[in-house]
Amino acid sequence: MTEELVTITVDGQELKAPKGAMLISVTDKENIRVPRFCYHEKLSVAANCRMCLVEVEKAPKPLPACATPIMEGMVVHTRSAKAKAAQKAIMEFLLINHPLDCPICDQGGECELQDMAMAYGQDVSQYSEGKRVVLDKSIGPLIATELTRCIHCTRCVRFGEEIAGVREMGMTNRGERARIATFMNQAVTSELSGNVIDLCPVGALTAKPSRFAARAWEMIQHASVAPHDCVGSNVFVHVLRHDVIRVVPRDNEAINEVWISDRDRFSYEGIHSEERLTTPMVKHNGEWKRTDWDTAMGVVSDKIKAMLEDDAIGVDKIAALVSPNSTLEELYLAQKLMRSMGSGNIDHRLRQSDFSDQNSVPVMPWLGQDIEDLENLNAALLIGSNVRKDQPMISHRLRKAVVNNGAQISFINPRTYEFNFPVASNISVAQQRLVNELALIAAAAYKASKNAMAPHLKNILTGLKPTVEHKAIISQLKTAEKSTVLMGNLASMHPNSSVLRALAEAIAIETGSVLGYLSEGANAAGAWLAGAVPHRGVAGESENIVQGYHAGEINNQSPAAVILLNVEPELDSVHAMKNTLAQADMVVAITAFDSPTLRETANVLLPAATFTETSGTFVNIEGAWQSFKGVCPPQGDARPAWKILRVLANLLDQKDFDYMSSEDVRNELRSQCESIVLSNTTVADASIEMNPAGDELMRSGDVPMYAGDALLRRATSLQKTSDADTFCLRVNSAEAARLGVMGSDSVSVTQEGLSALMNLVIDNSVPDGSAWIPMAIKGNEQLGNAFAAIKVEKV
Amino acid sequence: MMKKIAHLIKSFMLWELLKGLAVTLRYLFSRKLTVQYPEERAPMSPRFRGLHAQRRYANGEERCIACKLCEAVCPALAITIDVAERADGSRRTTRYDIDLFKCIYCGFCEEACPVDAIVETHIYEYHFEEKGTQIMTKDKLLAIGDKYETEIAANKAADAKYR
Repeated sequence: MTEELVTITVDGQELKAPKGAMLISVTDKENIRVPRFCYHEKLSVAANCRMCLVEVEKAPKPLPACATPIMEGMVVHTRSAKAKAAQKAIMEFLLINHPLDCPICDQGGECELQDMAMAYGQDVSQYSEGKRVVLDKSIGPLIATELTRCIHCTRCVRFGEEIAGVREMGMTNRGERARIATFMNQAVTSELSGNVIDLCPVGALTAKPSRFAARAWEMIQHASVAPHDCVGSNVFVHVLRHDVIRVVPRDNEAINEVWISDRDRFSYEGIHSEERLTTPMVKHNGEWKRTDWDTAMGVVSDKIKAMLEDDAIGVDKIAALVSPNSTLEELYLAQKLMRSMGSGNIDHRLRQSDFSDQNSVPVMPWLGQDIEDLENLNAALLIGSNVRKDQPMISHRLRKAVVNNGAQISFINPRTYEFNFPVASNISVAQQRLVNELALIAAAAYKASKNAMAPHLKNILTGLKPTVEHKAIISQLKTAEKSTVLMGNLASMHPNSSVLRALAEAIAIETGSVLGYLSEGANAAGAWLAGAVPHRGVAGESENIVQGYHAGEINNQSPAAVILLNVEPELDSVHAMKNTLAQADMVVAITAFDSPTLRETANVLLPAATFTETSGTFVNIEGAWQSFKGVCPPQGDARPAWKILRVLANLLDQKDFDYMSSEDVRNELRSQCESIVLSNTTVADASIEMNPAGDELMRSGDVPMYAGDALLRRATSLQKTSDADTFCLRVNSAEAARLGVMGSDSVSVTQEGLSALMNLVIDNSVPDGSAWIPMAIKGNEQLGNAFAAIKVEKV
Repeated sequence: MMKKIAHLIKSFMLWELLKGLAVTLRYLFSRKLTVQYPEERAPMSPRFRGLHAQRRYANGEERCIACKLCEAVCPALAITIDVAERADGSRRTTRYDIDLFKCIYCGFCEEACPVDAIVETHIYEYHFEEKGTQIMTKDKLLAIGDKYETEIAANKAADAKYR
């Protein structure tokens, strides 16, 4: 469609713009301010606040700029006497029922209504009758309501329908009785719900966790990057007297547009948790003592030095387990320290259990395309991904593709997840049958392309008979102009993830789709680049580096010393590490939080800074390096982890650890990463075997949205939402009947000799053969590895 | 020539001395202006800006709603406020400190207050003997407010017609 440009005159200025564009979008581009409340660039036009009335010549009445398409020769006056009179009248009208309680309103100081009243309103109101009062409703732990202040712009309602994809809020009644409410007074549950706080032009919807904490004018705004998912949403952190008060989105069209997820918005609460570790601690004869940095670091370095010198122990008995939420600098220093000591035992893939294809995987998990490109897709297949909860901003882009392009998006998951967009097909099979199911899709792909099967897949694909549904997914991918196959978090956690990956690649090749990965944590891509994997060094270097054991093997190697970086082993790992850690001579935990299990397993606790307190870099899923600065001082004696690692390396007499800033560390790494060309094409490995799935009940699970890392688990408000899962067993009703148990029964789950008591929940989104126990939440430490055969008995 | 003679005579007659003494004599018998502090007090305007106080409503509820406007307007940055939600859901200060060493008694806080909570009273006789006592806490401010409420209210009423 070619755009026809027309010329209009606004306030005497001649403008050229595409015909049919709304007047307000044209004036916005030219920086001509037209007041507005209901209009928002990212939402549909409602034209119900009438604040943007402007005078258009030859029109009998003032017209709303947000709903007036421009035409050739249009002459507009935004500040003429007629326009000003109309704006002033609307302002007076909107203030009729507004309580004017600005001094106690959290929006005060950043309120659009306040600003507009100053700019376009008048001092006195002619209205002297009683004002309307609307009773508040509780709409969940994240959003505070004060609906008397509402001016009915319906931005929140349109946000729910158009962006979040769930119609949770709506306007009931008319005229003076009109009010915003949730259906049946339910809580708002969308994972993007916090954005209505920013959208609300008045103080009707404000942030509950930071309610009354600070005024807009006294906070200092610092740019930062969200630390929870591989999108790396850009955020502003608002700080008052060294305390983080709130987190709001920072516009970046390429990454998060103008939104952020609730997870990124409210996770800061964990920073002020009572469980923050504020001083170094050393365990002496089974008793924990607070101490100073010199003593604690001395204890660690003496012990490790002694081990390095002791021939009986050997350097390969030292291991480091690092979190993929650590910054690039921390990960780089950790691996550099390990490798310069001579040990390659470092891994960030703590939730992965299949490492068989680790030598052939790409240099880092990469989306295969820009995040922005996702909204132009016509078809997609997501394998093992609860994208809506795991990467809400990716899900938002996919939703845009569905809504705007009618994209056909299919999922194949170990559980039937709900998405906020229509899904072409939503296949769910038990974890142990996921590979077989994907193999059927791959077989359909080869059938459709009529190509010869890749030799390494022949073994498992021959003789498979794909169904209509499998064929439909392939034909969607094949006919689409732009299509993609994405591997989600659950796919990389899967016990057979190497097979899933090989099949996904085959499907992508045969259908002409782009293969992409969605990774766990904020910085998994950075961890690969920094060399925080045992088999590869910096920038994917696999030769001339010290190789080591991966996260799955470290358990069997009974290490003598373990360094934990931002890891809570019982929750952040799918491998049961308790015994291994208990047997190690020296466990050093560099952690922001104290916890009973760390006290049980570690010997030294070193307090680390959280993401707002340290400078660092995250590499997101599209390969963007996003650096941020520390915005407030660390709590207590905590220190940025990169400094801790640097000093530890100095104390251990390792060379080349003379960094003065995190920028030094980043630049050193950056120079080594310059030659990387991102590609998801891999060299096929040897022939792949597949074990037939047994009939026994298999435990599987995912990481609930608000349990992914230590900070999130301590974000109190997020833990009150419905997305915060509890430690329970979910089976579908057929499986429950087979087990002879009923909903809300208390059951005993036995796995590899370990057992735990928990509640049973009947949930038909769990497929047959699967017993769903969420990972990474309290209670998990009682059981072993996250994927295993289990027995369920009624107590 | 005549001028010189007149000057000579005046000098001999101690004319200027007598002129000066005449002033002294006049003041000796005129009405006295000196205020005999502390036995006597100078009159004060209702707008006098002395020691701060926080007021309550007649029902005993504190007026302050923690809007932080006084903190924002204070040119000497003498006011520090912490806010929290009280059990009944209302917005209240958990800390309201005025550092009297910083305060320049400009009265902007009183001007900014939307609920007439923070006021400057007539009290100007106070001193500190220990470091730290110059910080007027919320409790101290409310106690002063409680003690002088009638006076504060009267002053506010007297000044109201000029506002």
